[in-house]
Amino acid sequence: MDCPGLCEALANGGVNLGLAQFISLFIGVVLVSGVPLVTVIFLIWIERKVAARIQDRIGPNRVGPFGLLQTFADLIKLLIKEDITPTAADRLLYNAAPLVSFASVVLIWAIVPFTPYHYGVDLEIGALYFVAVASLGTLAIMTAGWASNNKYALLGAFRVVALLVSYEIPLVFALMVPVMLAGTMSMVDIIYAQSSMWFVFMSPLAMILFFISSQAETGRAPFDLIEAESELVAGFNIEYSGMKFGMFFAAEFLHVFTNGILLTILFFGGWLFPLWNEPLIAFAWLGLKASVLYFISLWIRNTVPRMRIDQVMWFNWFRLVPISILNLLAVAFLVKVMQELGLAPRDLAQATLGEVLPMTIILFLSNVAIAIGLLGQVRSVGRESRLATETAQTATAVGD
Amino acid sequence: MEFNFITVAFIVFSLITLGGAIGVVTCINLFRGTIWLMVSLFGVAGLMVLLSAEFLAAVQVLVYIGAIAILFTFAVMLTRSITSDKMRFTRVWVNVISAGILFVLFALGVIYPVWVANAATHFPVTDAGLATTTDLGVALVSGSQFVLPFEVAGLLLTAAMIGAIVIARDADDEGN
Repeated sequence: MDCPGLCEALANGGVNLGLAQFISLFIGVVLVSGVPLVTVIFLIWIERKVAARIQDRIGPNRVGPFGLLQTFADLIKLLIKEDITPTAADRLLYNAAPLVSFASVVLIWAIVPFTPYHYGVDLEIGALYFVAVASLGTLAIMTAGWASNNKYALLGAFRVVALLVSYEIPLVFALMVPVMLAGTMSMVDIIYAQSSMWFVFMSPLAMILFFISSQAETGRAPFDLIEAESELVAGFNIEYSGMKFGMFFAAEFLHVFTNGILLTILFFGGWLFPLWNEPLIAFAWLGLKASVLYFISLWIRNTVPRMRIDQVMWFNWFRLVPISILNLLAVAFLVKVMQELGLAPRDLAQATLGEVLPMTIILFLSNVAIAIGLLGQVRSVGRESRLATETAQTATAVGD
Repeated sequence: MEFNFITVAFIVFSLITLGGAIGVVTCINLFRGTIWLMVSLFGVAGLMVLLSAEFLAAVQVLVYIGAIAILFTFAVMLTRSITSDKMRFTRVWVNVISAGILFVLFALGVIYPVWVANAATHFPVTDAGLATTTDLGVALVSGSQFVLPFEVAGLLLTAAMIGAIVIARDADDEGN
């Protein structure tokens, strides 16, 4: 095990080598998990401001300048609220669920490369790690719904878990596209593979699929069946109060921004700023791109109405899953064929723009072809249902 | 045994694994039992990381905790009477004796030969020389290695999936 930086300094200062490694790793872990914890406080403020502006309101504006301190006030309120545990609840699991929910999001940040030099860990299996960790969130919601011992909570949990498990499929298939293009699952290497061309230009469909399914994974409108207030009272978290309730929400707010960062890394070149590898610039560039995607997510959330559970399921199984499989097969086939023909470079990290361009154009056109086929199919389905409605109306009119 | 932080991590993960396993067999509530099973599987994933097998660890979490255990909880929760009832298996002695016999067989048949063989040439696991995920991927598709078992397993899984769909289909849907 190597021992650079702080660890080396400690070891030279006479600390036991194992202890020095432990201390430096521990500080790193605290820093990496501290970033999302601080970020989420401001994300909540941004989210409320954006939602307010879209709905023609002002939003929080009383506590501190521009209402910036509103979240701190809310936080204190949540902390001093009475902490209720239902008598019939399973105490251990009831208390563990919010922690697992929040941890499942924070753990993703371990593999996020902020700059060329700053990341928690560069796992060889980064993409797989992301999928594995994200699946813990499903478990947390299921546990929360069951441990509350409330039928509304349980019903809410059922719906949510059905939604999350289904949307994980297009999410993983879309995630496999950048992994295949880069030829690695490491997040750092995926960024380097985009040094001459962002993956979004090679497979815009994969980006859109990842965006939609991650929107569903966070439980945001139009997929906000998780807390469909008018139907489920509050969903799986109905029995939770105080900070435990707050943790579910903090996890959700953070998850949306985390998805923005992941999209940036996988499809928009991460921190790669042209010709400039300064850590601060790289960090700001990553943050800017992630914020734009985050804003689009909020925009959609505040614009579209909620879908019914059967519509959500139909949309996933009859649209997203087939398209994602088709897209994956097309990309895999085309990339291999082009590599054999010499049209595509074998190592994207070393390739120049000229070498990548033919491959990008062909992959982009394949995506356009899939999209045209899909739109044609949607159009014919729409026409059929419209004709059926018209026929039914005429029949009723004649009957009168 | 050398005492360092890896040893501490090993002890912690072993305790998680064994504690979870004890939880599974002693819990009278089935839902809690499945949660304990996940804890135990998580401990195993930690042990795999200590052996520098990160890929297997991630697959362990993804497949066992993320998919199979979630399916268990689904099955348990959908069976309404099971979630609320406190189940207790009454024939304790039969279990104790058969578990004991199984443990002895396992120790004699698996642990003892491996332990003896490794005692002579035991060396710490290092990252150097270990197969990477790329090696694993190549091994699954190269003609001289495991391409046939891989394809057979794929065919088997596809057949099982189609079988599951056919069985789960409503008989009334046949006409449509």
